[in-house]
Amino acid sequence: MSERSSLERLIVVVSLLVMTVLAGIIGAHAGEVPLPTVPKATAGSCVAPPDVMRRSHMSMLQHGRDLSVRQGERVEGGRLTGCIDCHAVSDGKGGHETVSSPQHFCRACHDYAAVKVDCFECHASRPEPKVKASDATSEVPASALAALADYAEEVAR
Amino acid sequence: MTEGSQSCGGSCGCGSEAGKVDEGRRGFLAGAVATGATALAPGVTLFAYGTAEAEAAGADPKKRWGMLVDVSKCVDGCTGCVTACQTENGWKTTGKPATDPQWIRKVTLRDPKSGATRSAPVMCQHCAEPPCADVCPTGASFKRADGIVLVDRHRCIGCRYCMMACPYKARSFVHEALEDQKPHAPRGMGTVEGCTLCVHRVDKGVAPACVEACAKSGGAIMFGDIADPKSEISKVIATYATMQIRGDLGVDPGVRYRNL
Repeated sequence: MSERSSLERLIVVVSLLVMTVLAGIIGAHAGEVPLPTVPKATAGSCVAPPDVMRRSHMSMLQHGRDLSVRQGERVEGGRLTGCIDCHAVSDGKGGHETVSSPQHFCRACHDYAAVKVDCFECHASRPEPKVKASDATSEVPASALAALADYAEEVAR
Repeated sequence: MTEGSQSCGGSCGCGSEAGKVDEGRRGFLAGAVATGATALAPGVTLFAYGTAEAEAAGADPKKRWGMLVDVSKCVDGCTGCVTACQTENGWKTTGKPATDPQWIRKVTLRDPKSGATRSAPVMCQHCAEPPCADVCPTGASFKRADGIVLVDRHRCIGCRYCMMACPYKARSFVHEALEDQKPHAPRGMGTVEGCTLCVHRVDKGVAPACVEACAKSGGAIMFGDIADPKSEISKVIATYATMQIRGDLGVDPGVRYRNL
């Protein structure tokens, strides 16, 4: 092989690389990277800031479930139940979406990240219909939030 | 924990940022009396664990929850306890009797010689030595510190060894996918389930649903702490002859029967 042909090949490879990188940058700037649409929660603020929740919600849930089930250390309003109640997505017919709907709060991100969530094989994925309408969006008690928040703090370190 | 070496306690009020964070954590870990609040960001406040949370105390190892069924008061044909359990825990017949949930059922006994019949509810007997927990390969079947025998569905692999080990046929397997379970009674396909002694109610200081329902129609079921000799249930057990079903097996059930 001559020297010239290998130089030509190098030029082709380098220009291809440059084009790929440029395409990526331009694409990102043009807003072509899809992001999940996360539904808004019904209550004011969560137990921890969004970035902590995004990173650590699974550890918090796992920690809480062992306390509840095995130690019997419960919090008023429930742990996962508290999340479900606050993050319920209305189905427009007076009820709430189940996890079978892509609009469900958990699914919005889990579909995007392609992570299977199996909580709802046993747990209800939407709030229990309440007899009193005023209770439907009742606030999660401070004690429930406190335990979770403390754990979030620990995990975030 | 490195913070363990610090001399200031949770309520030192030393003012440093680290001290503030510690306050919350210490309070949580020790279940301390002090209530501290830490502002994380505008609108986000962390509260340290409070005091008057009876629910957070957890299962008390000094207690042993049990029941006493007075069979002479149990009305033949009455299924109030079963219906109450279904409503409370959200299970119902699947239309396939062979695989129906078996949280609690009414059993009719008949003496073939005299023809006398007795009717009584049978559910998980919450044994002191539960064979279901002995055989469970994953630790999903377990006995809580206060004697309530449960299935931790997070660990259950659905092998059903516990169903075979249970002398009371008190457990059943969920064969079909479920939706909209009761928030306090999660249950799902591929796991084993059984009477939880309404653990979610007991933790709140309320008697199980079957006991509450039975009180309205006969009052055959009594619920209480059988480890406490001063409790009402213990006094009745100490006064009258009661028995455990298959007491000969040595599993020491927490559910006792009178006049059986």
